[in-house]
Amino acid sequence: MKVTLFATCIVDMFQSNVGKATVELLERLGCEIDFPESQVCCGQPSYNSGYVKETKEAMKRMIDTFIDAEYVVSPSGSCITMFHEYPHIFKGDPVWEPKAKKLAEKSFELTQFIVDVLKIEDVGARFEGNVTYHTSCHMTRLLGVKKAPMILLSNVKGLKFTELPGKEQCCGFGGTFAVKMAQISEQMVDEKVRHVEETGAEYLIGADAACLMNIGGRIDRVGKPIKVMHIAEVLNSH
Amino acid sequence: MAMKISTDQFKERVSKGIHDDFMRGAVAGAQDGMGVKRRLATEELGNWEDWRSHGEEIRQHVLENLDYYLEQLSENVAKRGGHVFFAQTKEEANEYIRSIVKKKEAKKIVKSKSMVTEEISLNSMLEQEGCEVIETDLGEYILQIDDHDPPSHIVVPALHKNKEQIRDVFTERLGYTKTSKPEELAWHAREMLRKEYLSADIGITGCNFAVAETGSFSLVTNEGNADLVTALPKTQITVMGMERLVPTFEEMEVLVSLLTRSAVGQKLTSYITVLTGPREALDVDGPEEFHLVIVDNGRSKILGGEFQSVLQCIRCAACINVCPVYRHVGGHSYGSIYSGPIGAVLSPLLGGYDEFKELPYASTLCGACTEVCPVKIPLHNLLHKHREVIVEKEGKAPISEKLLMKAFGLGAASPIMYNIGSKLAPAAMNPFTVGEKISKGPGPLKAWTDIRDFPAPNKERFRDWFKNREKGGK
Repeated sequence: MKVTLFATCIVDMFQSNVGKATVELLERLGCEIDFPESQVCCGQPSYNSGYVKETKEAMKRMIDTFIDAEYVVSPSGSCITMFHEYPHIFKGDPVWEPKAKKLAEKSFELTQFIVDVLKIEDVGARFEGNVTYHTSCHMTRLLGVKKAPMILLSNVKGLKFTELPGKEQCCGFGGTFAVKMAQISEQMVDEKVRHVEETGAEYLIGADAACLMNIGGRIDRVGKPIKVMHIAEVLNSH
Repeated sequence: MAMKISTDQFKERVSKGIHDDFMRGAVAGAQDGMGVKRRLATEELGNWEDWRSHGEEIRQHVLENLDYYLEQLSENVAKRGGHVFFAQTKEEANEYIRSIVKKKEAKKIVKSKSMVTEEISLNSMLEQEGCEVIETDLGEYILQIDDHDPPSHIVVPALHKNKEQIRDVFTERLGYTKTSKPEELAWHAREMLRKEYLSADIGITGCNFAVAETGSFSLVTNEGNADLVTALPKTQITVMGMERLVPTFEEMEVLVSLLTRSAVGQKLTSYITVLTGPREALDVDGPEEFHLVIVDNGRSKILGGEFQSVLQCIRCAACINVCPVYRHVGGHSYGSIYSGPIGAVLSPLLGGYDEFKELPYASTLCGACTEVCPVKIPLHNLLHKHREVIVEKEGKAPISEKLLMKAFGLGAASPIMYNIGSKLAPAAMNPFTVGEKISKGPGPLKAWTDIRDFPAPNKERFRDWFKNREKGGK
């Protein structure tokens, strides 16, 4: 199966390990990976700040980049949610609305793709450790992917899972919210870190690099002995 | 009390909220407790999503045909001997109510809980007229005797106070001598309030849902105070937001179920009171004169526009009870009687962007509000819509942000610019990088690194690794 990877700007620049793990994992599951060089960013930072007109060029660029793909897969629930938002943003535009729809229909978050499209529930991974999992808001609420990451993690050998208290609560990232409302964001991420600590887990796992950058950044700052990993890295361990 | 409840700047209000440990504990406890109750009460129906869709459908239908139903409601209230006044502004609403107070030479007024009367500052007008106004909802009563402390929640107005604080207020203001046991406090309030009902000249209520077909209106309470407010005084005035109506009792039943389950996790509240017009010949109680004041106060401007769905709101506060921002800053931080996600959408619409422009940004757009709304208002989308209006129509965004976002937009639209920028990033960030982290970032990154570390850009970007690999590299 041919998969076109949408790595996301955060993974490309800051979390290249997540991108590598995604490629290796999908290849191991029999996919052929393609990475179009013209991909940049889904446009969320400026779009969510209200700069809709300013972001449209970037979104059009992304649509054109991926329009001919068979499947578009990304290790980020939030960025894929944004692809699903494109048809609403271009609503009424005779050229771009149909193109945006076409892209949205074939765009999947990584775990969603593995479980729903590849129909694989056990990727044959082994990972020794106590873990907990942060359910990212956009991925669970807006994209509606709740079960796939849980199914995949439950089949990882050696992995001990503890549910995160208050798992449905936002970590306080929210794109520019993290800097614009830094005071509030700090309280939110602090509560999240407290909850992670309560589980006694050695690893915090998530499926969205942005949330992990926020929670992980706070964990590092306050010096907690908790490692942060993307689910692609866990599923690629064997 | 007006819609605006503070003259402090947004940041100061948030700072006060964040440092109020007691309030934060109370809010978190209430959110967690009410969250569980709400979930159980909605899940037990087995088809909650169908209920939500039905609720949405009813509210949308009413809004699409509001003129028709308002006319039907007015006619039916009049047929039953009631008076209807349509107030376009809060001033008109207050003026009409003032005229009734004058005509009746009213000295004492009892009220049941009503957000719309807070919105139009009714109490302060009545007090200026020399009336004694007594709030009879226990939460509102506590706030009123505590020097008009503003409500911090639309359903549980005194959420920010604990029983010890309430005991202190009672001791100081009412000569209360007993303990902080809730039963004793409630009993005392009950004794104080009972004599007020009996001696009041006018009773004023809000309205949960008016029923167009019969000219009735309903009140949903757990204390039964609204029954006494409507049964004892000779004159009754009911104030309603112009969108708060349903076609028939059938729709009312659906919305009341959605309301009580979403608001407090109850199948039904202790009292759901439905009243129609003034007392009739065979009635043993009820007012001799009934006035319905329908308040527009900016609502008709929302109707037909991109924010219309906010008028679907049935004031259940489910969105407030799940909001992670409200959880940490509390209701007073919003600076409006309408707090939380619904307040952040509604306040700028009713009170203007000048007063409330920060509120749409007080959200991570996490969607928790949208997920629980029993009438499916896309709250997080409306918050985003506000941001778009602030940036593009109102021109109220800071210039530094505009430049940054323009630059971002250009960078994200151009692979060449992105390529250069992302390649240069590690070198550019090198002076700020220690190990693999940036702990003191420059410019816009500072607000991030004040709180958390930021990862240093990878020396080898993912795309470089991928390209090398394709070429047969590692």
